[in-house]
Amino acid sequence: MSLELFGTWLAALLTLCIFSFLYKDNPFYKFAEHLFVGVSAGYWLCYNYWNMVKPNLIDNLEAHNWEYLLPLILSAFMLMRLIPKVGWLSRWAIAFMIGSGAGLMIITYLQSNFLEQIKSTLVSLDPTGLPWYVVLNSFLIFVGVVSGLVYFFFSKAHTGVTGGVARVGVVFLMVCFGASFGYTVMARISLLIGRMYFLLHDWLGLV
Amino acid sequence: MRREIPLIITFVCGITMIVQFFIPHEPFGSMKSYFQQSYMIIAAFAMILGICNLTKLHVNKIRYKRPHWGYSIVLLAGLAGMTIPGLFVGAIKEGGIFDFLFKNVHVPMQSTMFSLLAFFVASASYRAFRARTLDAALLLVAGFIVMLGRAPIGDAMTSFLPEGGQMSDVANWIMAVPNTAGQRAIMMGAGLGVVATSLRVILGIERSYLGGD
Repeated sequence: MSLELFGTWLAALLTLCIFSFLYKDNPFYKFAEHLFVGVSAGYWLCYNYWNMVKPNLIDNLEAHNWEYLLPLILSAFMLMRLIPKVGWLSRWAIAFMIGSGAGLMIITYLQSNFLEQIKSTLVSLDPTGLPWYVVLNSFLIFVGVVSGLVYFFFSKAHTGVTGGVARVGVVFLMVCFGASFGYTVMARISLLIGRMYFLLHDWLGLV
Repeated sequence: MRREIPLIITFVCGITMIVQFFIPHEPFGSMKSYFQQSYMIIAAFAMILGICNLTKLHVNKIRYKRPHWGYSIVLLAGLAGMTIPGLFVGAIKEGGIFDFLFKNVHVPMQSTMFSLLAFFVASASYRAFRARTLDAALLLVAGFIVMLGRAPIGDAMTSFLPEGGQMSDVANWIMAVPNTAGQRAIMMGAGLGVVATSLRVILGIERSYLGGD
């Protein structure tokens, strides 16, 4: 049996083990589930080592960039969590991550999630040279964004005009949630089709 | 000091990251990449910590013969089977053991796990989606149109309609207009929320990440 054929059989049997959960929880599924957790953990460990630790820490220390001793020390502190007596040292490493992450997020989120979104929403509604439906769509997006934001504004009671605008916001949000749901379901179904195709084509050669 | 020093570290790191954006000159200019690299290194070690914890948990399960301890052997074998070739034997080169396990064990199991959700989402939505109110009906109809519009049957059902009015066109319009509007409103709200929370963290008002005692 060639290695490729062995790989196909292995993948097919593991796929069937996982699909067996559709009947009920059983030892085959439990086996595949535990194997998946172990293999995933191993994969991400190797991925982190070769893509994060090696290029950012080991290579820099080998090049005598001694300022990288600080993240090395903090990383060691992170592992101190395993020793209860000195576990509190891991807070220093967590504080570094939380602090730099928070500082970075203030800038990036303000730019990408706020200013860029405003910029994309406030487009010209001048119909000159544009098809009518493009202008209408831009207007609808503007109405949807403003009313959606009004719905999320809880410092004022949703009554009167505010309530009416918030109601329009709810309509847009419901359509958005429905569309996101449908999109997610279809993504899962395309994965399912992929697995079925693998079983029927690559493994059994029926299609 | 066990709480004060972490708060100082958080404040200094947070302020430095903000300042480097407004003053892109030395020494702040090079600090961004240094902090980002350090962040990645520590985050990688946080993951290593998690894997050490997982190993410890399952080793104890095997040692004390707790219920289903046999599966812990499978988990540890999978972990070792992936880690040893990935770190030591031939690393992660194409055609190696790591590559074989990744292609024939990790990827098939991952996509099968996610594809299982198709069944559970379908059965959950069958029970949850009742068009009792206008809002629920909107959600249901939008989801239904997007699902049909992404499958060939959707266009086949509406083939009598002119181009631009078929199911896939309507689904694309829903994704491009009302969905974009809703997503933007959510993103802007979430963005402001992240900024507010980050400020609270940097200023030491929010301290829950430090844990107890």
